Amino acid sequence: MMEKMIFGRYIPGNSYVHTLDPRSKLVFVFAFIIIVFLANNAVTYALLLAFTLLVVLLSRIRLYFLINGLKPVILLLVFTFIIHILFTREGDVILDLGFLKIYEEGLKQGIFISIRFLVLVFMTSILTLTTSPISITDGIEVLLNPLKKVKLPVHELALMMSIALRFIPTLMDETDKIMKAQMARGSDLSAGPMKDRIKAVVPLLVPLFVSAFKRAEDLATAMEVRGYRGGEGRTRYRQLKWDWKDSLCLATLVLFAVLLFIYRS
Amino acid sequence: MNEILSFNNVSFSYTPDIKDSRKAVDNVSFSINEGEWIAIVGHNGSGKSTLVKLVCGLLFPQDGEIRVMQNVLTEDNLWETRSSIGMVFQNPDNQFVGATVQDDVAFALENNGVPFEDMVERVHLSLKQVKMDNFLNHEPHHLSGGQKQRVAIAGALAMRPKLLILDESTSMLDPQGREEVLQTVQTLRDEIGLTVLSITHDVEEALLADRILFMNAGKKYAEGTPQEIFALGDKLVEFGLELPFATRMTNLLQSEGVQLVGQHMTEEELVNDLWTSNFNK
Amino acid sequence: MDIKLQQVSYAYSMGTPFEKFALFEVDLDIPSKTYQAIIGHTGSGKSTVLQHFNGLLKPSKGEVHIGDRKIEAGKKAKELKSVRQKVGIVFQFPEHQLFEETVLKDIMFGPMNFGISEEEAEKRARDLIHLVGLPEHVLDKSPFDLSGGQMRRVAIAGVLAMEPEVIVLDEPTAGLDPRGQKEIMDMFYTLHKERGLTTILVTHSMEDAARYADRISIMHEGRCVLSGTPREIFADSETLESYRLELPRIVKFQRKIEKMINQNLSKICLTEEELSEEIAHALREGRDQS
Repeated sequence: MMEKMIFGRYIPGNSYVHTLDPRSKLVFVFAFIIIVFLANNAVTYALLLAFTLLVVLLSRIRLYFLINGLKPVILLLVFTFIIHILFTREGDVILDLGFLKIYEEGLKQGIFISIRFLVLVFMTSILTLTTSPISITDGIEVLLNPLKKVKLPVHELALMMSIALRFIPTLMDETDKIMKAQMARGSDLSAGPMKDRIKAVVPLLVPLFVSAFKRAEDLATAMEVRGYRGGEGRTRYRQLKWDWKDSLCLATLVLFAVLLFIYRS
Repeated sequence: MNEILSFNNVSFSYTPDIKDSRKAVDNVSFSINEGEWIAIVGHNGSGKSTLVKLVCGLLFPQDGEIRVMQNVLTEDNLWETRSSIGMVFQNPDNQFVGATVQDDVAFALENNGVPFEDMVERVHLSLKQVKMDNFLNHEPHHLSGGQKQRVAIAGALAMRPKLLILDESTSMLDPQGREEVLQTVQTLRDEIGLTVLSITHDVEEALLADRILFMNAGKKYAEGTPQEIFALGDKLVEFGLELPFATRMTNLLQSEGVQLVGQHMTEEELVNDLWTSNFNK
Repeated sequence: MDIKLQQVSYAYSMGTPFEKFALFEVDLDIPSKTYQAIIGHTGSGKSTVLQHFNGLLKPSKGEVHIGDRKIEAGKKAKELKSVRQKVGIVFQFPEHQLFEETVLKDIMFGPMNFGISEEEAEKRARDLIHLVGLPEHVLDKSPFDLSGGQMRRVAIAGVLAMEPEVIVLDEPTAGLDPRGQKEIMDMFYTLHKERGLTTILVTHSMEDAARYADRISIMHEGRCVLSGTPREIFADSETLESYRLELPRIVKFQRKIEKMINQNLSKICLTEEELSEEIAHALREGRDQS
């Protein structure tokens, strides 16, 4: 099971990007998503691409993981590229096949949109590849803290998320085991008509739910006995540290946005 | 001697409304003093687990009273009581709350509002005590069962508990893991005089205790030193337990007509007896 | 039915950067009707080996023979169902596989997947429930209303109902109390003898291997490092120690006695009964001589 889930999975390391505070990385990625839309000509798109490559280099993530992260969206990318080429009718004709005319503007838009896709996918992948899920949770919890004033249960949500993350590998193993046990009893999940396949899921789902509930019950007991009674009066062991590196990172992004603003037409 | 825990005529039934239904815990009394190691043995369904739930206030008795540090356990002092008791449960996976080893050890400290600097010190110290200080940032699914249980012990130790309860903590472990955990508990007892209550059906684990409480059908069937309890012999076997290895060997040898003086619980005793009674003549 | 592993290697996440070999060139030869124990620590690869016995995993290299079927690395293995009917696996904590509304239906699940008629499956369930030591009225209950030990027995019945020729046991007694452990192990041994099954016990218990197995194989860091009869294996405690394994308690005790009386007993004893007889025998001999 686990073997299929290697994309977007956290790859431990100690590059510049790895050691950043999750808060700055989260803010950075969200701001970047907006900034991307500032680009509107060749120069700005080139800048966008260059900036992204710089971040990739800094993260020291092997290109293998980033390319693989593209796989699920590659179809979408090709599709939008073709749509732009087919339906934009501005500028000079650069290729005339008789039944189909490709315009300069169409090609340009197609390339731009592809670059936009690419940098967005790369940046978000780098966030998840360099930040452990639990750090992301910490970051989100702190960033959402102001929302406690409007009665959003931020602490509880974050705890739920961290427990969910903690149990993903456990439940994956469990799924694998139950699946194998049922296969050994002659159940077949991968063959036969749809109706049979759906029926074959029951022997997998029922034990999985039973075990998940049992775990939840055990865990609740263990938490209670260890003194958990909600977020009130709790202290935090996981501390986030804002460093000059984080300020530098966000300052660079601001600078970059200004640059884009100057060069856009 | 300071009394840490006592049960006085405690009864509990899961179905108190049904008349004459069997009680899960039936009129049980015992006490544990500071520094003692008490083992509660009994087969599955003998009421051992209910006993544990009563100690940490997950259930309250219908009759009798439970005293922790000489205070009667009530809903009002529940949280205070829990912070002085450390518990290690059976399933190593289902009690690991934190994302990493150190987060999990800190969990109870966070809940009790211990300041950050203090927490760091306590987490490191207690992980050192269970020899898991090289695993600070390990995630639970990269640890063995025995290691997870040692982390759970560290989590309890961090609260500086008066009493450590092991609720069948070794029953799901492989022999190596079981050895690790028992070794850890023994060391802690020697070094910091920890008081231990272990619930088990493992006879060799029970032998480590100062006193054994033998439960059957919700009642305390017998209480005494390991010697006294294992002298019950076939009675134990009848109730689904086994005798220690040396005791079984003693019985078998005697039935083969080998002369031996009395019962033995450790191999050394048996070997010595065998030597003095038979070979060294 | 014979089972044979030839130079089997297995890697998880084959072909990705996470590729990790769990087995290296394992050779195993389990003739029909043998009681074979496979011993190793957690992570020694014994659970990975086990999944090759009925084609749940396919070797990355090498080949597996199950009866007259051959499963080879790199080739598609079709129709594994017939193999799976003949090789039943009782996984660790098998109670986790129960899912039906009633115990009866759950026991019938396996056989019916293999095309056994409903009447026949029900008949098997009714026979088996006694064999695993449960009263017949349990059949109509929900498996989730039973105690842990009872659920274990139902799950075992569910595997036996397939009437396999080979039965693979993965720590079948983990978490049970001593009586439950002994009952389950004795039951499998009786079945092994009476029905002429091939039994493969995957365990970390030297005690169980000593008591029941005809042959023992030791797994260590993904390799099968040692194979032999229990007496052969236990004769060499130093080699065992190099794999961080200990002699069974009974053999260790025998060594203590032998050291004390400065004389070896006539054979390595595998059960407590055997050892006490041997000691009594040695004593009588000693007396006759003096």
